[in-house]
Amino acid sequence: MNNVLQISWLIPILPLIGFLINGLGRKQLSKSVSGFLGSVVVLVAFCLSAWVFLQVLSGNTGTVNYFDFIHVGKLSIPFGFKIDQLSALFLLIITGIGFLIHVYSISYMHGESSADFAKYFSFMNLFVFSMLILVMAENFAIMYIGWEGVGICSYFLIGYWFKNKDYTNAGKKAFIMNRIGDLGFLLAAFWFISKTGSVSFDKVFAPEAIKSLTNVDITAITLLLLVGATGKSAQIPLYTWLPDAMAGPTPVSALIHAATMVTAGVYMIARSNILYSMAPLSQTVVAIVGLATAVLAATIALKQNDIKKVLAYSTISQLGYMFLALGVGAYTGAIFHVMTHAFFKALLFLGAGSVIHAMSGEQDMRNMGGLKKHMPITHITFLLACFAIAGIPPFSGFFSKDEILAAAFAKSPVYWIIGVLTAVMTAFYMFRLYAMTFKGNFRGTHEQEHHLHESPSLITIPLIVLAILSVIGGFVGIPEVFAANGHHLNNFLEPVFRDSNKILAHHSLTHSTEYALMAVSVVGAVIGLVIAWKKFAAYQKTDSAESGLGKLLANKWYVDELYNSIIVKPMYALGNFLNNVVEKKGIDGLVNGTGRLVNYGSRQLRWLQSGQVGAYILLMVLGMLGLFIIQLFL
Amino acid sequence: MDIKAYITLAMVLFCTGIVGVLIRRNAIIIFMCIELMLNSVNLLLVAFSKMHALSPAVKASPTYAADAQIFVFFIMVVAAAEVSVGLAIIVMLYRHTKSIDINFLNRLKN
Repeated sequence: MNNVLQISWLIPILPLIGFLINGLGRKQLSKSVSGFLGSVVVLVAFCLSAWVFLQVLSGNTGTVNYFDFIHVGKLSIPFGFKIDQLSALFLLIITGIGFLIHVYSISYMHGESSADFAKYFSFMNLFVFSMLILVMAENFAIMYIGWEGVGICSYFLIGYWFKNKDYTNAGKKAFIMNRIGDLGFLLAAFWFISKTGSVSFDKVFAPEAIKSLTNVDITAITLLLLVGATGKSAQIPLYTWLPDAMAGPTPVSALIHAATMVTAGVYMIARSNILYSMAPLSQTVVAIVGLATAVLAATIALKQNDIKKVLAYSTISQLGYMFLALGVGAYTGAIFHVMTHAFFKALLFLGAGSVIHAMSGEQDMRNMGGLKKHMPITHITFLLACFAIAGIPPFSGFFSKDEILAAAFAKSPVYWIIGVLTAVMTAFYMFRLYAMTFKGNFRGTHEQEHHLHESPSLITIPLIVLAILSVIGGFVGIPEVFAANGHHLNNFLEPVFRDSNKILAHHSLTHSTEYALMAVSVVGAVIGLVIAWKKFAAYQKTDSAESGLGKLLANKWYVDELYNSIIVKPMYALGNFLNNVVEKKGIDGLVNGTGRLVNYGSRQLRWLQSGQVGAYILLMVLGMLGLFIIQLFL
Repeated sequence: MDIKAYITLAMVLFCTGIVGVLIRRNAIIIFMCIELMLNSVNLLLVAFSKMHALSPAVKASPTYAADAQIFVFFIMVVAAAEVSVGLAIIVMLYRHTKSIDINFLNRLKN
């Protein structure tokens, strides 16, 4: 095959090279070299991705296979990449945002020792590499490599400061939660193999292959894939790892939340869109999971005081929106929201990182306040990101969120009402965060106040770039009501979702309905914004503990405690039982018993070996007599 | 003569040998009893060979009739050689322990 896309293997290989050099040479490389190297490989990958994107834009899509990855009997799994509109878009997001985060990290992590610094960049590169493999994969097996890769990288990076036991536990939690989801993914892949004999996207999503699947197959596969997606994309019930993942350095959170990892589940479902479109039950489940997650996470975010925790729950909530979009068949809307969310969430995290940096590691918003005058660039970019996530027009979040809400309304007004409610809460908690951090008076210690400063340019430049993207990012998807044929993203992604769109029923909303929906969600968001602003602009620290519903929310609905008591504790009990009873009494007893039996038996038999020749001969004669009797009479 | 008489004689000799080996403690007597057992078997071999030679089927071609008798001579030659070795061992034992009572020959124990 002489397709120019053949060289797309360079895109993932570059971060891998960066990982190897930084990882192996971490003791030798100086900080500037490893930081430069880590960023530059991602930058080159971004340039290549942009080139691939242009190729795709001009209509050059396809699958490139390099070699046989697994070849067993009739099953043949090639190692190949699928370059189409969907993966090209993700490539741009991953490498583009990834690069900005790498640049930011050079400054943010400068306090680390040079070996740790290189280690950090090597893991970041590996993370980008895994995510690139995940989105470029041509089949579920290769995708699984990336899928597991981002899981293990998240473990490495969340537990980056591994000397803190809580942080390593957070890393383990993320990894284990992901593993639970991965099992679903794996089972779905096996199901594909047993039914269609292949895992390649081109084959399993082809009409012939889909015809060979019964409705039960499709529903089961899609639900299993959903289990996988809930793990990676932090949906109910596997979302609790994401807030704990805040243990990692802040740029890592930005990378996990914006460019990599959590969008994997959305990507995978969008990739399998044809199956979901054929399984209405699964679609409903996806929508409900998404909606429930969006609301639950938004309510928790209302009462969090840790700046990163608020952002973490907002990510979960926004991911819930994406799942809602997938569930109602608005695949483009979901991808659109992935994109705009990547811009403003990366910006929010990097902005929060900048704040934490200035506050010398302080993350509690109750001790912040009044940072506006100290950090003008961080302040203004952060404000823009808050507008974007709150869905205030014309910022990017408005367009994508509006598209999702319109699709949800077309499916069922109930979805829409809950969606708007979540949007109001989103505006509220984001501006609570903003007001507590940047408005009012400084509430920290004098030392901290003395230290306050705007971050260096390596931090502010990525913030500015992301702020521009957050503001204008939405204009690639202007809804039909504003400009005919203005939804470029929809047109661009149309080939990927063409088959699904044929199957799914289309509810077209009248323009007046759509305007009304927009008006309601925008007014709701503005109300949330204003209330938060009024309430928290002059926030004063109080010692009164939360009570009632507030306490419930501040404690995250006690979900962690619930999981702890219904899953973790019984597992420990089972483990103890297996250890103390089955292992020590059963297995050890069996093994030691065998030994003791042999020991005892030999001690008894020892008496036979008396050393008396006569006795030996007697036994010999008796034995021969015995044999003789057996031979003759038996 | 009836073959049964030979078998009976061989059995008596063999059992004598066994009983002698089991109940006597003198190494030389045990050795003699072993020889007795060996030769009772030899006797049986010769007897069966003679019986075999007299059977009608073999009479037609008497080529193998004397084989067993010759075989037994060989056995006795080998046994004589073995006896010389065995007696040499017993002599050495006697020099070491001043006794040929096998019940004292349990030094390898423990």
